[in-house]
Amino acid sequence: MKLIGLLALFLAFAAPAHAAELPGDSVYRLPVALTDQNEHTFQLADRAGKPLLASMFYTSCQTMCPLIIESLKRTQKAIAHDADAKPDVLLVSFDAQRDTPAHLRQVLGQRKLDAATWTLAHADAAGVRQIAAVLDIQYRALPDGDFNHTSVLVLLDAQGRIVARSEKMDGVDTAFVAAAKKLFAAK
Amino acid sequence: MPILRALFLVGALLAAGTAPAAEYASLPGGRFASVLPADANGGDIVVAPFALRSEPVTNAQFLAFVKTHAQWQRGQVAAIFAEPRYLAHWQSATVLGDGALPDQPVTQVSWFAAQAFCASENARLPSWNEWEFAAAADATRADARADPAWRERILNWYSQPSNAAVARIGGAPNFYGVRDMHGLVWEWVDDFNALLVASDSRDQNDPDRLKFCGAGALNLRDRDNYAVLMRVAMLSALKAADTTVNLGFRCARSTTSGTTP
Repeated sequence: MKLIGLLALFLAFAAPAHAAELPGDSVYRLPVALTDQNEHTFQLADRAGKPLLASMFYTSCQTMCPLIIESLKRTQKAIAHDADAKPDVLLVSFDAQRDTPAHLRQVLGQRKLDAATWTLAHADAAGVRQIAAVLDIQYRALPDGDFNHTSVLVLLDAQGRIVARSEKMDGVDTAFVAAAKKLFAAK
Repeated sequence: MPILRALFLVGALLAAGTAPAAEYASLPGGRFASVLPADANGGDIVVAPFALRSEPVTNAQFLAFVKTHAQWQRGQVAAIFAEPRYLAHWQSATVLGDGALPDQPVTQVSWFAAQAFCASENARLPSWNEWEFAAAADATRADARADPAWRERILNWYSQPSNAAVARIGGAPNFYGVRDMHGLVWEWVDDFNALLVASDSRDQNDPDRLKFCGAGALNLRDRDNYAVLMRVAMLSALKAADTTVNLGFRCARSTTSGTTP
C-alpha cells in the first residue's frame, strides 16, 4: 500500500497529470522543466489549451536571433490581425549557461516584448537538447560561446501538436499565418 | 587492484539487483582532431575523461528495461518519442521472438528511447566527440585513423547490404577495451542534431543563409575519412523519433578523473 503511494508520488512527479491526456504526437508530452523570465518554473504541458508560437534562440547572438524575434513579432501581429486573437510566444534559449531568467527578463525589456504574451524560457542543457529534438531544431555549441542553429518558427495547436513550421525570417510567411488563423477559427 | 575491482563489481551487482551491471570502459579523453572541428579554423576539440559502455545495448537488456518502464513499450510509447517502426522486429511488446536474438544489439529504437534507457543505468548517450574519440582506436592504437588499411576494413562493412541480419555483440576489444564500434550497427549520439548545422559553403546570396546563426562555420576536416563522415551524414538526417533497422546505441558516463589504460 505504501509502495503504491510512493509509486503514485513518483508518477505525479515524472509527468504532469494532464500530460498523459494529451495526444501521443503532442510536443507537450515531453517532461522537461523550464523557467520563465519571472523565475516561474513550468512544464511544456502547462501551455496546453491555446495555440502557441514557439522558437529557440540565444540572447548573445548578434546576427540571426534579433531576426527571429522580429519575425515572431511580425507573425504574432499578422495572426492577431487576421484571426482577431493573439497567440502566445514561447522562446527557449539554447544557452543554458548564460541565459538565466534574470538575463532573459532584461532582454524582454530591452526588446520591448509584450510580457503578457511572451515567455523567454531557460532549461538545463539536457532539457534544451530535448526541446530542440521535439521541435526538430538543430543547434551546436561553439567553443567561443556562440551557437550554430537553424531558425524555425513552429506553430503548435492547443494540444501541443505541430501544425506548421516556417524558416522565413524576413517578412511574413503567409501560409504559416493562414494555418494559425485556421487554428483560432476552429477553436 | 583485483580487490578493488571485485568490490566494484559487488557494488555494481547490488545496485542493479539481479541483472549484471553493464561494463563501462574508462577513456582518458584529451585533444582530438575531430572530422567536425571545433571552430572555423579547424581547431582540435578537447574530450573530457569519460566512461563508455564497452558493448552496444542488446535486445535482452532493452527488453529488461521496457519491462520495468512500460511507457517505453511498443504500443504504449507516445508517438512524439518514437515512430511506428519502433521495436517492430520484436515478436511483441515484451517478447523478443525469432527476429531479435538476446545478444544482438537492439535496433529500431528512437533517440528518446535510447536516452531513457541510459538514464535508467545512471548514464547518458555519448556526445558525437566522445563516440568519435573511442571509434578512432584499433586494437593496438588510440588513433588508427591515418592507417589506410584500417579505413579500408571499416569501409568494407559499410558496403555490405543492410538487409543482412545484425551480428551479435562481442567483437574484439579496441585499444580502450571497447567493442563493436565499427562493423555492427550505427549508433545514436546525444548531439545527433548538432552535427551539420551551418556550413562554410553558404554565401551571402544563398537563400538558406538566414537559417543559420553563430560566428563559427562548420568545416569538414579530413574529407577522406568516409566511414566516419557517413556516420555524420546519417545522424544528421535523422529526427529524434526516427528508428532504423541498423541503428542502435550505447551509453556513456562522465568521469571526474581519467584513468589511462
